[in-house]
Amino acid sequence: MAGFNPGNNASGGSVFADMRHRLLMPSWITIGVLLVIPVLLMLVYSFLTKEFRGGVIWEFSLAAYDQFFFDRGLFGDEPVKIEWTYLTIFARSIVQAALATFFCLLIGFPTAYYIATRPASTRAFWLFMITVPYWVNLLIRTVSMKFLIRDTGPLNHWLMQAGILSEPLHLINTNIAVQLGLFYSYLPFMVLPIYASVERFDFALLEAANDLYAKRWTAMRRILIPVVKPGIIAGCILVFVPSLGAFLAPDLLGGAKNFMIGSLIEEQFKGSAGNWPFGAAASMILLSLVLLVLMFYARSDARSAR
Amino acid sequence: MSVNMNSTRATALAAAMAVSLGGVSGVAQAEGSLSIYHWFEYIPQELLDKFSAEHDVDVTMDTFDSNESMLAALKAGKMGSYDVAVPGDYMVEIMRGEGLLDSFEPAELSNFNNMEDQWIDVGFDPGRKHSIPYQWGSTSFSVNRDVFDGDIRTTSIIFDPPESLAGKINVLDSQGEVLALASIHLGIPQCTQDRDQLKALNALLQEAKPKWASFNSDGAKDVLVSGDAAVGMIWNGFGAKARNEGANIEYAYPVEGYIVWMDNVVLLKDAPNRDNALKFMNFLLEPANIAAVTNFAQYTAGVKGVSELLTDELKASPEANPPADAPAGTFVQVCDEQTQTFYDQIWTNLKK
Amino acid sequence: MSTASARIRAYPGFGIVALLCLVLLYAPLLVVMVYSFNDSTSITQWGGFSLRWYKEVFTGVEAAKFKVAAWNSISIALMATIAATTIATSAAIGMTRGGLWRGKAASFALINLPIMVPEIVTAVATLIFFSAIGFKTGYLSILLAHIVFCIPFAYLPIAARLQGINSSFEEAAIDLYATRWQAFRYVLLPILLPGVISGALLAFIISLDDFIITNFVKGAGIETLPTAIFGAVKQGIKPNIMAISSLMLLVSVVFVTVSWWIGRTGNKPGDT
Repeated sequence: MAGFNPGNNASGGSVFADMRHRLLMPSWITIGVLLVIPVLLMLVYSFLTKEFRGGVIWEFSLAAYDQFFFDRGLFGDEPVKIEWTYLTIFARSIVQAALATFFCLLIGFPTAYYIATRPASTRAFWLFMITVPYWVNLLIRTVSMKFLIRDTGPLNHWLMQAGILSEPLHLINTNIAVQLGLFYSYLPFMVLPIYASVERFDFALLEAANDLYAKRWTAMRRILIPVVKPGIIAGCILVFVPSLGAFLAPDLLGGAKNFMIGSLIEEQFKGSAGNWPFGAAASMILLSLVLLVLMFYARSDARSAR
Repeated sequence: MSVNMNSTRATALAAAMAVSLGGVSGVAQAEGSLSIYHWFEYIPQELLDKFSAEHDVDVTMDTFDSNESMLAALKAGKMGSYDVAVPGDYMVEIMRGEGLLDSFEPAELSNFNNMEDQWIDVGFDPGRKHSIPYQWGSTSFSVNRDVFDGDIRTTSIIFDPPESLAGKINVLDSQGEVLALASIHLGIPQCTQDRDQLKALNALLQEAKPKWASFNSDGAKDVLVSGDAAVGMIWNGFGAKARNEGANIEYAYPVEGYIVWMDNVVLLKDAPNRDNALKFMNFLLEPANIAAVTNFAQYTAGVKGVSELLTDELKASPEANPPADAPAGTFVQVCDEQTQTFYDQIWTNLKK
Repeated sequence: MSTASARIRAYPGFGIVALLCLVLLYAPLLVVMVYSFNDSTSITQWGGFSLRWYKEVFTGVEAAKFKVAAWNSISIALMATIAATTIATSAAIGMTRGGLWRGKAASFALINLPIMVPEIVTAVATLIFFSAIGFKTGYLSILLAHIVFCIPFAYLPIAARLQGINSSFEEAAIDLYATRWQAFRYVLLPILLPGVISGALLAFIISLDDFIITNFVKGAGIETLPTAIFGAVKQGIKPNIMAISSLMLLVSVVFVTVSWWIGRTGNKPGDT
């Protein structure tokens, strides 16, 4: 999971070299037909005219993007302003995803480092403990969080019983609950890739730094972090990208009130809005955002590989 | 010879498995099948089992949580998969206009005359060519009496709540009903084209939103029972169920008005099992059968001879018996495309 | 020396953060697990220990629905895993043994595209595609969608292992007059097997886990376990859902243990 680098096995003259196209064809066809073509079709749909109550009419239109970016008032006759509705939803999603990434990194990095520096026997135990929640169904984990933090849930119950709170901490259906859900859902995604790169780190480098009287935290900042940076970035991407398009956390923990991009898109196809071109346009904008982030990653990855 | 052989063989194997497993997990044990698209938590499983046994038909059911999401799913490629659906009154009219409904002759249902006369010539399906009455009820809200003991017979409880209820309100995730109730609160006609009225509607919802905790239809009962919400916009029967599950709540019939609705079983166009669909509709016109739904969901049936089959609990339920001075309820209206566009905009503004 | 290096490695507070991380990860799951044994119908009040909700999962009114959903989930995951792992193995050999060629980076990006595209976007695109070509959604539409997003998850571990296997193994086989199929089947595949298995396990769990895409492309009357649970949970968290959740947690533990064990035994032979 940790890296996205293509395999660069230098053994060019392998016995399978001349049949590489035949070997790759099944994956190209499957993904090409069932993902690339659909995404291109979605791009086309985003430029079509919406049919009243769901579906599309095959006529070119920029209405979907216009609706996304420009506000012409409730009746469409006011002077054009920037439409903040959807930009706000995107901004909220980006902030939520960025915060989730930050908190995951804050907890995940020390954890990954700590695990990687355990002796082999206890390390296996730690890794096992981190891997299990990673494999537990995301839906189940979101539901667990919802159960834990609701007004009448166990957390509030205990806190009040212990006398720490006098009235329930109101978390459910707030942005904080969504944040908790995202953080909790994707925390293992941060720990594992960082662990993988710290584990390969040559600790003799830290000892050398120590011999040269570098302070501990300086050694970390100047030596460890640059070396394990690919793992950190991979972890950040594995948290950030799914958080950005999250649907379960805002729906179950946010009370379907504070829309994130995923909920906005879902509403266009499954809810009352029934505006397919707009849903396609919002999906395209989300996809462009993610590809931008990945390009940034690919560039920094290439730089650190050098 | 080549590695490709391995993959080809395995893919063929997988495809063969897909076919055989698909056959097993699909249907085809019984004579025929019936595919229902229904509201959640509405029809008792025992009744489906009874139909299944009587007619040797395999019944599968999917559920939805709002008229709008049902329509969206049907239009997104599920037409031709279901035989019957259970839309509310205004949605029957919309689906009829969209050409999503098949029609039948009264002679095709031997129990056709069991319908209560007032529910035959209804505006959304005059003469009942596409649908049969299922259940009717009202949409208003229930209030937790442990939290609030003031006057609740006003729509202000939802749209301009007292301080003690702010932030503890759950609203149905249903565009048609929320906008209709808001219009009732403002005293403006539904589907208004008047700009000032539409702006007032938008402003009302924008001001109310911070005082609402969540939008939830599926969980409308649960949030009241668990105490997550002190006020819940809810259907009367669902509110009665919440009360029966232990919530100390009271259902309000506001003086400004409230929504009434009727859910109907419609015959869908391109129904794969049209005959079984009609059998099912006929089955539901049998007083004993539809009474089972009424006793379960706590609404009111539209079939003659049901009242004596109801539980005493339901007969006496405050949710099903509006106070004498309650105004008449209002049906949700179908708006034209232009007004609907404004409504969609207002709804998106609300939920962003 | 070794104590000194341990001291240099250790950062104060990291152990506490790691413990906190475990607590954060497990607290909600354990709470749900504990409450799944609650005898009370009210989910917030403790009414004594009981297995009644587990009984209800298997015999209650919703048992049939969840059983069908579980069967759908497992059969789809199984078939998607077989198809995706086969495709991914073939692709991994093509990528790592294909030498250097133009378009290799593009091919790599294509294979991993399903990971990079946000799930909700894949879901929407797939729905639009099926709807546009008039393909009726159902069991098969879920299966096809699952195969696609399982490919990269199966590919990554297989390719990683292939990179660690020296190509002299299969070259030696060819030198001894083996066909390429024999070289693959009898030489490369046995060494590669741990990678194939961990790829397959990953694909299986990812398929089993999926909610968003399945929710968009599922057809009438077809539920998988996550969509069925989602439908139930929307109406409120009931004790039987907690029992199902705990059972699924148990399945995950078993899975991780098995893959752990395979990884350990498999890592010894054949490594270069």
